[in-house]
Amino acid sequence: MRSFVLIAIPYAWLLALFLVPFAIVLKISLSDYAISIPPYVPQFDPETGIGALIDALDFENFIWLTEDDLYWKAYLSSLKIAVISTFFTLLAGYPIAYAMARAPAEWRPTLMMLVILPFWTSFLIRVYAWMGILSNEGFLNQFLLWTGLISEPLTILNTNTAVYIGIVYTYLPFMILPVYSALERLDGSLIEAAEDLGCSRLSAFWLVTIPLSKTGIIAGSFLVFIPVLGEFVIPSLLGGSDTLMIGKVLWEEFFSNRDWPVASAVAVVLLLLLVIPIVLFQRNQQKQQEAEQ
Amino acid sequence: MTASEFEPWNDPEAKPLIHFQNVTKRYGEFTAIDDLTIGIYEKEFYALLGPSGCGKTTLMRMLAGFETPSEGTIRLAGQDIAPVPPNKRAVNMMFQSYALFPHLSVWENIAFGLKREKMPKHDINDRVDEMLRLTRLEKFARRKPHQISGGQRQRVALARSLAKHPKLLLLDEPLGALDKKLRQETQFELMDIQEKTGTTFVIVTHDQEEAMTVASRVAVMDHGKIIQVATPDRIYENPNSVYVADFIGDVNLIAGTAKPNGSDTYALSWHEGHAPLTVQSPNPLSDGQNCQLAIRPEKVSISTEKPEQADNAVQGRILDIAYLGNLSTYHVELPTGTMIKAQTANTRRIARRAYTWEDTVWLSWTATAGVLLAN
Amino acid sequence: MNRMSWFNAVSLTLGFAFLYIPMVILIIFSFNESKLVTVWAGFSTKWYGELMQNEAFLNAAWVTIKVAVFSSTIATVLGTIAAYVMVRGGRFMGRTLFSGMIYAPLVMPEVITGLSLLLLFIGIGLDRGVLTIVLAHTTFSMCYVSVVVSSRLVTFDRSLEEAALDLGCSPAEAFRLVTLPIIAPAVISGWLLAFTLSLDDLVIASFTSGPSATTLPIKIFSAVRLGVSPEINALSTIMISIVTVGVITASLVTKHQMTRQKREEQAAERT
Repeated sequence: MRSFVLIAIPYAWLLALFLVPFAIVLKISLSDYAISIPPYVPQFDPETGIGALIDALDFENFIWLTEDDLYWKAYLSSLKIAVISTFFTLLAGYPIAYAMARAPAEWRPTLMMLVILPFWTSFLIRVYAWMGILSNEGFLNQFLLWTGLISEPLTILNTNTAVYIGIVYTYLPFMILPVYSALERLDGSLIEAAEDLGCSRLSAFWLVTIPLSKTGIIAGSFLVFIPVLGEFVIPSLLGGSDTLMIGKVLWEEFFSNRDWPVASAVAVVLLLLLVIPIVLFQRNQQKQQEAEQ
Repeated sequence: MTASEFEPWNDPEAKPLIHFQNVTKRYGEFTAIDDLTIGIYEKEFYALLGPSGCGKTTLMRMLAGFETPSEGTIRLAGQDIAPVPPNKRAVNMMFQSYALFPHLSVWENIAFGLKREKMPKHDINDRVDEMLRLTRLEKFARRKPHQISGGQRQRVALARSLAKHPKLLLLDEPLGALDKKLRQETQFELMDIQEKTGTTFVIVTHDQEEAMTVASRVAVMDHGKIIQVATPDRIYENPNSVYVADFIGDVNLIAGTAKPNGSDTYALSWHEGHAPLTVQSPNPLSDGQNCQLAIRPEKVSISTEKPEQADNAVQGRILDIAYLGNLSTYHVELPTGTMIKAQTANTRRIARRAYTWEDTVWLSWTATAGVLLAN
Repeated sequence: MNRMSWFNAVSLTLGFAFLYIPMVILIIFSFNESKLVTVWAGFSTKWYGELMQNEAFLNAAWVTIKVAVFSSTIATVLGTIAAYVMVRGGRFMGRTLFSGMIYAPLVMPEVITGLSLLLLFIGIGLDRGVLTIVLAHTTFSMCYVSVVVSSRLVTFDRSLEEAALDLGCSPAEAFRLVTLPIIAPAVISGWLLAFTLSLDDLVIASFTSGPSATTLPIKIFSAVRLGVSPEINALSTIMISIVTVGVITASLVTKHQMTRQKREEQAAERT
């Protein structure tokens, strides 16, 4: 009985501020873009008042999403960017995690802290830091011109390349930490056993280390992939006008076009896209927990 | 038997302090305790002994109040304790992990339960000091649990659970975390403290030696049932079943059929072509009943010549010798293929063993050395 | 085995260079005399001075701190309760739904969380301002708190609570006197995480804030959209320094405590 009262507070909070709002999004995504309705909230542009109270549910907005190629291109482009940047984050993160796990034990807490530190600093600031580096007169171009590798500055800022760099940079700790924790648990004598049984260094790595760090790789990949799919800050600061990502489209649909039903429909589809990776991620975590027990 | 001996269970007048009456505990499909009835008397040191998963811990947790029986009643001093929550029971428990509060000092750990009773401050001081003296921890009062050794932690846990003068103290594998030497010392300390405080102790253990050492009575459990409750010597000498005989100590089992042959005496036909064995056994058996002769290795003598006046003697070949220092155990194979262990005390330094591998020897034992147990 | 192979040394060097060089550049150029962020023109702290004069930034910083303190505190209380009930509570009605709602916000894209909360606030006619941002931040950060606290509770030796009950505590006393003091470090790190998340959040705050309340990330975002500016560098430097000092102090304190505890344990076993 007592525990019922106790749980009631956070339960009610989440129902009211997580589930109900989501139900509203779903409902609005199924309603019409209303011009004729009197403004629902005065401080908003009267013309875009929501059709929240209209019960005429239809899938018009979703059909609209399929007809206007902006949306499905944005979804596809988000998926592509998320897949590619997850791959590059893994490529950059794995050697770091591996080296950390092989470092002398007394260094590891310090290395760990160095990986976590950026995580505590503002995301926005870390993305901003790259604006000064990647711009035409930025430090990267200055450096490359100085070395003589290039004769004219490269245009990197406001392209997809900048978006990839930004994603790999900001999400790197999310990849390093789970891979590191998988590699750290790995018993060093397994590698020695493999070498003793005739493996070369490289094949021992390929046949023993990689399979045993698989759960870490999978967890890290999802930890990068899932949030990148809905990313907004990086494409809007580092990307160009041709960088299509669904988070940015949703933002613009909402704040610039003020078409709430379509923005809601975009959100619903994005969530549906996320269901598969989230379920796979959960399963991986569960498997890992069971293995630990 | 003298009157001064402590045996309330043989006194028809005595009322048990704790009375389990047809108690059953189920978890879903699984029955942890199966229709169990026992009585535990005041000032008793009662050991629940059994393999892991036999229900002994569940039994103890029901006494502490962390589990409630699915059926049946548990009475403490005549009162049904089912509705009493753990914090209102005059029962304290010493946990297997000790469960010392890591953020509190040894002193504060021991005082913890007393403070909950709203005891006056100087009474608390007196009582904690008394407990510290009893457990020889005076020097460590201000230390935190991580600053003392495992043996000291064990004593803090004991002092903390005794501080509130419980009617009943429950000890869950209290010595499990100690190494063997410390464990043996602590067993005697535990008995000493139990005697001094006059508290009823119920101990859960899977270590038969520990149960035999400390307990006034031992209850052997298996699959949620009590198989036998008796004093340690009776459990060892007169097990009531093959399970108990096998669980406690080492035992040789010889299967056969019994044929009554005078009062309490049976002839056991165990193998064709061999003379039946003579056994004097208290457990009644009918003619032709299948049973097992259970006989302890130390009660089997070994010799090169056939002993003259032995009740039972069989010939066999030594397959293995285990030299344990104080004892040697011989594994002897009878012509029938049965393996019998015989144990001898090494009372002298062995310059040369009398018997060695592959020797043919005689094994012999008296009629009263073993017991017959129905299958 | 103690020496690292060159490959590992190179990966660590390159990896940490990649992680830290952008921030180091950012910090260096906050002390640049010139307005041009990419050209060094001599040392100066004038941008810090200008930042201190900038009313809009200072107001936004104040709002952000207020929001972060309130939301992280409420989130810590709710998240700890949620974690406790999830780990200990056994069964209750709608447990699956509850655990779903606890974990979903962790993977929910911020744009969706922000949008849905905004639609709710408009739906119930709540004026957007500090209150709505606090509500929004509390909702997602309580989930992080509950994950941090429940990972500690999972390894918590349950017999400690049983011992407290056995010694006469009511369940509430057992929680207050035994459980809470022991899990306190996890609760504190949960609070710090919630606080940092609230300080950093741009997207959800943008959706749920009104004209009356602008947070620092919103302010920074709108300034940064126009390009790089030395004032933002100065602000970033201050924020990075605070975090760095905090994280280093925390890790030194933990390290010190751990070595002390280890030493004492070894000493105890020798007696």
